[in-house]
Amino acid sequence: MNTANFKLPSYLTQSEAVKARFDDLKRRDVILEVSELGKTFESINGPVTALEGVNFRVHRREFVTVIGPSGCGKSTLIRILAGLESTSTGEVLLGGHPVDTPGPDRGMVFQGYTLFPWLTVKKNVMFGLRNQGFGDAEASREALEWIQLVGLEKFADVYPDELSGGMKQRVAIARALAAKPRILLMDEPFGALDAQTRSKMQSYLLEIWRHLDITVLFITHDLDEAIYLADRILVLDANPGRVNEVIEVAVPRPRTPAQFLQPEFLSARQRLDELIHPPSVTEEAVALDLSRLVREGEQTDAQD
Amino acid sequence: MSSSAWFAPRVALSPRRERALTALSFFLPLLLWATVSYTPFIWHPNIEITEPGSVSYFQQGMQIERAAFNEELERQRAAGGSLPDGVRANPVYLPAPHEVAIAFYTSFTTEPQRRSEQWLHQSLWHSIQIIFWGFILSSVVGVPLGILCGTFAAVSRIQEPFVEFFRYLPAPAFGALAVAILGIYDGPKIAIIFIGTFFQQVLVVANTTRQLDISLLEAALTLGANRRQLLFKVVIPGILPQLYRDQRILLGWAWTYLIVAELIGTSSGITWFITQQARYQNFENVFAAIIMIGIIGLLSDVALAKLGKSLFPWERASNKA
Repeated sequence: MNTANFKLPSYLTQSEAVKARFDDLKRRDVILEVSELGKTFESINGPVTALEGVNFRVHRREFVTVIGPSGCGKSTLIRILAGLESTSTGEVLLGGHPVDTPGPDRGMVFQGYTLFPWLTVKKNVMFGLRNQGFGDAEASREALEWIQLVGLEKFADVYPDELSGGMKQRVAIARALAAKPRILLMDEPFGALDAQTRSKMQSYLLEIWRHLDITVLFITHDLDEAIYLADRILVLDANPGRVNEVIEVAVPRPRTPAQFLQPEFLSARQRLDELIHPPSVTEEAVALDLSRLVREGEQTDAQD
Repeated sequence: MSSSAWFAPRVALSPRRERALTALSFFLPLLLWATVSYTPFIWHPNIEITEPGSVSYFQQGMQIERAAFNEELERQRAAGGSLPDGVRANPVYLPAPHEVAIAFYTSFTTEPQRRSEQWLHQSLWHSIQIIFWGFILSSVVGVPLGILCGTFAAVSRIQEPFVEFFRYLPAPAFGALAVAILGIYDGPKIAIIFIGTFFQQVLVVANTTRQLDISLLEAALTLGANRRQLLFKVVIPGILPQLYRDQRILLGWAWTYLIVAELIGTSSGITWFITQQARYQNFENVFAAIIMIGIIGLLSDVALAKLGKSLFPWERASNKA
């Protein structure tokens, strides 16, 4: 998309209302604080640094998306936050307490559908509640409320394999939220869905988030998705993964898909394009030897 | 109906074709057997003597190779004695289908000849019990151990190398030892089934446990599951359908150890019946008994497969069962 021809405002320009919202947001408690986080893997070619010196904070009820080129360690980052992987250096604080193991205070929605196939939708959503010691009746009642929230009450007694991809992810969201996490970690949750379902799911997620006291950290490789959902976008660099820039999205809330063409949206989009696809890379990518194919094309044209 | 549809790679057949082929898979071997048995010019290497003639060692009903018979025939013809006569026959170890069918029926209706002997169904029942106890004992230890091996690397390391070694030792090799320790009756037989099943079982179950999608465990962890809940609420239910299929296959292996097991100590069960009948050259009874083992195995497997479908309703949803 070449937006350079239009007179776009700087992506840093914020309306009064948006500025006020960000001021308010920054006054809220810090839920998640990541400081000097680093991760090094051992490989056969020696150690590989996936993340280095990552610093950021997430405030209560904030929606943060994380974006970056492939290999920037976004998945590693979210797995560390979830406690599924250890840190090499640095610290992760959740509500001021260090975390290094998985726990129900950090809910997670994975890209692959990780619903338990042997449990019905309702039993899946009850899983976290039962682990926390809720009785069967209470967990069941609570689970049904969450299933209602994602609009799947008709499917409460159905097994996950009978659901479509989008429905599965809605159940996964309900299951994660039912365990009452302080932050919801989402690792490219809509990456496997078709475009139409994905945009529906984005609206769903925003709607749910608007009505709950929940903080979201959302990983994606889709630039539009990153802007559409976020208060702030964490842009990562690759090799090693580190925070390149944190963008405050100036698009007002509540969001609708119509905003995809608003100047604020496009300027953020342009900035992301610059950060994620530096000009040098795009130019060299087209240097292919096409001579033979071109000749075949010309022959076909001549026959017509 | 194009003929290519029969051989489209990995395309399911229509139910009608499936049934037809299932029937054929039994019918074709039977047809082959019947052809060899009832067509006198196919194979039939022997002559069953109907008229001994002047040959001194010929007796009515006796079988002799065709070449030897012809030699004797020529000799009598030259000597002017009365000629022997006979019909072409298959060797005694290949009875015709109808003979086996009759034997199959009469083996259940014939009283044991001696008081110490058992009815066929009693022998069979004894064999089934040996299998059952050997398999149950093996499963009680082997399945939990396999699950632990597949879940915890430490258990796997201290356990599996030895099991890998042990599973190469042929179970019947422990026969004499089993008799020395457990006596001559059912003990050593159950032990052989156990040894033959157990070591494979640990490895197969461990492998099945490792196949469980790790992201299910990770999801459970982020939902606050502790180690015990991971094992009992994720690992075990997660592998259950595959574990059930493994057990069906392992049960089939247990049957293959039956004959060897029953020869150890005092011969018993269906094996005793088979060896006894073979000694009397009643090969139609031997065939009947072997077929019976096959039928029991097949029927129990089909029953277990049907049961599996109702045990794991979520498998039906995805059509995996």
